Amino acid sequence: MKISEQEVRRVAELANLALTEDEVVRMTRDLDGILGHMDKLNELDTSAVEPMSQVLYDAEETATLRADVERKTLSNADAIANAAVSGQGYFKVPRVIEK
Amino acid sequence: MNHTIDSIRTDLLAKKVSAEEIAREALKFAEAENSKTNAYLTFAPERALAAAQAVDRKIAAGEDPGPLAGVPIAIKDVIVTRGLRTTCGSRMLENYIPPYDATAVIRIEQAGGVLLGKTNCDEFAMGSSNENSAFGPVRNPVALDRVPGGSSGGSAAVIAQGTAVLSLGSDTGGSIRQPASFCGVTGVTPTYGRVSRYGLTAFASSLDHIGPFSRTVRDSARLLQVMAGRDEMDSTSASAPVPDYVAALDGNIRGMKIGIPKEYFDGLAIDTGDLIQAAIGKLQKLGCEIREIRLPHTAYAVGCYYIICTAEASSNLARDDGVRYTTRSSAAGTLQEMYRQTRDEGFGAECKRRIMLGTYVLSSGYYDAYYLKAQKVRALVAQDYAQAFAQVDAIVGPVSPFPAFKLGEKVDDPTAMYLSDIYTVTGDLAGIPCMSVPAGKTAEGLPVGLQVLANHFNETTMFRVADAFERVSS
Repeated sequence: MKISEQEVRRVAELANLALTEDEVVRMTRDLDGILGHMDKLNELDTSAVEPMSQVLYDAEETATLRADVERKTLSNADAIANAAVSGQGYFKVPRVIEK
Repeated sequence: MNHTIDSIRTDLLAKKVSAEEIAREALKFAEAENSKTNAYLTFAPERALAAAQAVDRKIAAGEDPGPLAGVPIAIKDVIVTRGLRTTCGSRMLENYIPPYDATAVIRIEQAGGVLLGKTNCDEFAMGSSNENSAFGPVRNPVALDRVPGGSSGGSAAVIAQGTAVLSLGSDTGGSIRQPASFCGVTGVTPTYGRVSRYGLTAFASSLDHIGPFSRTVRDSARLLQVMAGRDEMDSTSASAPVPDYVAALDGNIRGMKIGIPKEYFDGLAIDTGDLIQAAIGKLQKLGCEIREIRLPHTAYAVGCYYIICTAEASSNLARDDGVRYTTRSSAAGTLQEMYRQTRDEGFGAECKRRIMLGTYVLSSGYYDAYYLKAQKVRALVAQDYAQAFAQVDAIVGPVSPFPAFKLGEKVDDPTAMYLSDIYTVTGDLAGIPCMSVPAGKTAEGLPVGLQVLANHFNETTMFRVADAFERVSS
């Protein structure tokens, strides 16, 4: 086995996912199969290869910079319009600090 | 609807029909036909009619109505549209009304395009069959018991069904080319950075592309022409000049060197292999020089792709937390419980699988073994193409090992579903332009696409090959 149910529970915590017991069993099976396939990459010697994190093209260092000018942003009302719960112009979340 | 961009333009300028009449007819037809395929999730009649009327006013005033004047267009529901619900195929965003338009959408509407509505897709563009949509699967218009492919299944289906003239999809590992192949239409993944990703809901940012679907190669070239080019809202968008794609489409590809990767012909369904071989024969008859080439790291591409895309997805989807845009679980207690319950209820099985996988490969102790290793293998896959394009102008091969499969046939085996992406993930990893063009049908009547790939920013070569092939095959 590449991954245990215990590891799946730990990863679910890191990912902020509340998996049910059934989901843990199924997820362990699925991830094990996929990670097994991914082991194939170890057949390759990559010790001399630079990692590729992005498709890069030749461009000036400043190519992505724009003029530093003021521009219109979303209004407060537009920004919170899709919030599940909002109030007083803010996103509302469950209390995080007890008095 | 059998319109093309050119036929609509001709009819509009000859005053045979108005853009409003075209839009009304298109909306009526698309709404009536939608129950067959479930390809549209949302229609935008007011927006469509307003855009069409604006085109009509320009024509009446003798002004240029724009290169996409009056053309009915559908947009994949992972691309945001101001004031128009954008769900990403997810319960998480079933009520999300974006406050802004994607750059691609802005450019299409400025060019006179008429946005009909938003198309169904796999949840957050994760899937190869469109069965991962929270709003039900899309059915393939060619064979209604089969999948349209994914993740841009709805955008491919509307073209095959004739319920839009153009559509936009997104491609991270094959999500434009594979459904184009399954539905028998043209689908294009441009060079990474050629089209701004601003307003494309992020799945895997280093791999995500917006690209066109259409019935003809020429129409895809025209749509890309409108969208391509630098956008200051996307720092990864390329500033390279955009050539005139359509001007180069003269049907003459004599002397062009076409590479056939040996690795792309292992394990193809028999009919698929036969159709691709026949297509290569046609290219040879057109005067192309056919050369066998090697892309030796192809077998490692799927593993590499699913490490990188899930790692990026697990980061990108962290924002779906019940606070700013998404639904929120009503079972919420503490903040932490609220996040977890919201994400458990809001995401479907495939999204959870990918978030889990991505979190795992990035987690302490596994980062080097998986994520860093995959980034190095990505460099090798890209190097394969760089070496190939030193010898050939374009590469052709299959898009998918098999044609459209039946709904439900592959849902229980995620590894097998991932492995079927083998011929499409490589192009995304390298960031090169690639497309699917119809190459005929199997004995069962199922479409098969020919994939055409070219070097970075060489869309013109890719379109020329696909267009010349289309002229002799349709």
